[in-house]
Amino acid sequence: MVIIVVSVVVPSPWSNIAIIVLSLPATILSLSSTFNLRFPSRPSFPKCPSFSRSPPEPLLSTAPRAAVTPSSPSPTTFHGPCYVIGDNIDTDQIIPAEHLTLVPSKPDEYQKLGSLALCGLPSSAYPVPFVLSGAASTPFPIVIAGANFGCGSSREHAPVALGVAGVWAVVAEYYARIFFRNSVSTGEMFPLESEETVIWKECTTGDIVTVDLDERWLTNHTTGKEYRLKPIGDAGPVIEAGGIFAYARKTGMIASASTA
Amino acid sequence: MASPIMAPSFSIFGRKMESGLMSRFIPSISAHGCRKQALNRVLAVMAPTQPQRSPATTGSVKHAMSMTEKILARASERTQLAPGENVWVNVDVLMTHDVCGPGTIGIFKREFGQNAKVWDREKIVIIPDHYIFTSDERANRNVDILRDFCTEQNIKYYYDIKDLGNFRANPDYKGVCHIALAQEGHCRPSEVLLGTDSHTCNAGAFGQFATGIGNTDAGFVMGTGKILLKVPPTMRFILDGEMPKYLLAKDLILQIIGEITVAGATYKSMEFVGSTVESLNMEERMTLCNMVVEAGGKNGVVPVDKTTLKYLEDKTTLTSEPVYSDDGFRFIQEYKFDVSKLEPLVAKPHSPDNRALARECKDVKIDRVYIGSCTGGKTEDFLAAAKVFLASGKKVKVPTFLVPATQKVWMDVYSLPVPGSGGKTCSQIFEEAGCEVPASPSCAACLGGPRDTYARMNEPQVCVSTTNRNFPGRMGHKEGQVYLASPYTAAASALTGYVTDPREFLL
Repeated sequence: MVIIVVSVVVPSPWSNIAIIVLSLPATILSLSSTFNLRFPSRPSFPKCPSFSRSPPEPLLSTAPRAAVTPSSPSPTTFHGPCYVIGDNIDTDQIIPAEHLTLVPSKPDEYQKLGSLALCGLPSSAYPVPFVLSGAASTPFPIVIAGANFGCGSSREHAPVALGVAGVWAVVAEYYARIFFRNSVSTGEMFPLESEETVIWKECTTGDIVTVDLDERWLTNHTTGKEYRLKPIGDAGPVIEAGGIFAYARKTGMIASASTA
Repeated sequence: MASPIMAPSFSIFGRKMESGLMSRFIPSISAHGCRKQALNRVLAVMAPTQPQRSPATTGSVKHAMSMTEKILARASERTQLAPGENVWVNVDVLMTHDVCGPGTIGIFKREFGQNAKVWDREKIVIIPDHYIFTSDERANRNVDILRDFCTEQNIKYYYDIKDLGNFRANPDYKGVCHIALAQEGHCRPSEVLLGTDSHTCNAGAFGQFATGIGNTDAGFVMGTGKILLKVPPTMRFILDGEMPKYLLAKDLILQIIGEITVAGATYKSMEFVGSTVESLNMEERMTLCNMVVEAGGKNGVVPVDKTTLKYLEDKTTLTSEPVYSDDGFRFIQEYKFDVSKLEPLVAKPHSPDNRALARECKDVKIDRVYIGSCTGGKTEDFLAAAKVFLASGKKVKVPTFLVPATQKVWMDVYSLPVPGSGGKTCSQIFEEAGCEVPASPSCAACLGGPRDTYARMNEPQVCVSTTNRNFPGRMGHKEGQVYLASPYTAAASALTGYVTDPREFLL
């Protein structure tokens, strides 16, 4: 008998994040004549989110005040310059609608989305571009945002663009629900929440920060301030694995048809 | 071996919470006999706890449920649910369109197999509508991808378009997905409708649970027909009082969003009741529910009544009984509005909650007006705009773009007589007022789109629009300024060239 078990993160408006593990006998999903329970191995896209990435080189021309060099990370620590944005950054600013002709499941179009991440931000308010002109990715692996990040559309292109661009984590006050859900289902980046509000006002684009997922701290080395993070809970392993489908396969929850 | 569709099992282990992060709920665990070893390896944390409820006097434990809870209970085959519970829900209809469909299809094939079949070929509705009348090759290719998939899977409901030069030459083509869903009878009380579009909540007007999801979740639904959802708590909005003749549902929802902010309903259900809501026709109710997402809401609902059933009678048959919130139900928040005291509103740039009275913006000079989209491009919306032009008798002072949401709306604009006009149609009134010719039905410029999209804002201009969002760059240009408004207000503004309260023409 094939057991299909899927772990899906359902975001919570409170600090807790719940995951339910489901077991469904194959008979439910098989609709035997019409449904094929083969699970092919995931195609290897040029960029596949995983937590064992190496940190980016320091890419700013202005030397940070704290002379921190990127260390080889433990799997749950991210380090590098941060990009700071405010409240209610909606999906049109994350990835303007004219780029939605790009289909994320096509590898070359998936890659292109990265170069367009946050290109909808008005330059008057955000003079430092998130992705330099002509570049394929961002020098800022960590984004610090305000309230209601990702509000607006259900377009999955939004977390995908951020993830492909090289964002490891966003630390926001809280998220709009579809964006949060999409971030976890795709495993593109960690949507973390700060316990304090308005931390974005104390940070500046280019500050060197460390995000420690296990200890739940965001440390701004440039200002010397530290901020507590809310637990990502079991959404963490789902994102680390690369999304709900990948997580289910990695943990052996999706058995192949031959072991039925 | 074959077991009937059954309730899913949950493996929930408590996790020690930090003292500063008190969970207010306890998990609800339903065990199921059929469980593999593998489950024990998976860590899960507790679902939020349920609020304490006292047992009924009959001795059996019952608790009051909201409309949304009842719909989700039925869909997850449970007798009772409470907010915060995570449940596997059977999906009745999955909708996708040309922007998210190809991505969803890609994920479906990648995860379930290149030769996999969808869970139910009659429950998937595929509606090209976003980037249709454009020369953008990728956009055109995306419609082809949908067609190929629908052919391969023998999808029953695919509203195709091939001749981009003449939408009327495509008998199957409908237009804007949310309005097409309603007009084609895919919205039914008490069902669960999911769509790869944030305005899927539009369908809540029919007393069903309808919400937007992303490609990955949709890919999962495509293969299994199920989705994991957290039951949202419900906020209730009681709208009472006679609707003034210068107000429309758009003003009501802008009032509400301005009240609670763009995150005021995050993860919550918004229930709209009251005598005013009961007096609204279905298209106006759709306008209310359409913008629930702009307040962060998960879904919106309007209770089913005679108006609903009348609208549905020639389109579809109900699959279940309508449900209603129990009398004793405690809503997480309640807001009451005396509609008779409200005034026409706009949402100023750059947020749907940046509420202002239209009359207080009368010095704002505008460059164009846009009447269209799922929010403000329905038949009733055009009838409303025509009413203002008729009352004025004058010509518009700025380019006024009209984009009917669907083929049906377009035909109504050209055929329905406008009350009080002596038999003139909307199209005639629009022509006399100097508006642009009504365009091919689609989402068009509501969300900008490819550069050659009709009425896209390619320069930094000021626009009054009947659409749903006005964040920076929404209609194209990053410095464009969009004032969200009702069709009355949009038409009035077109006539003066400034943001204008429609009472200038309607009283």
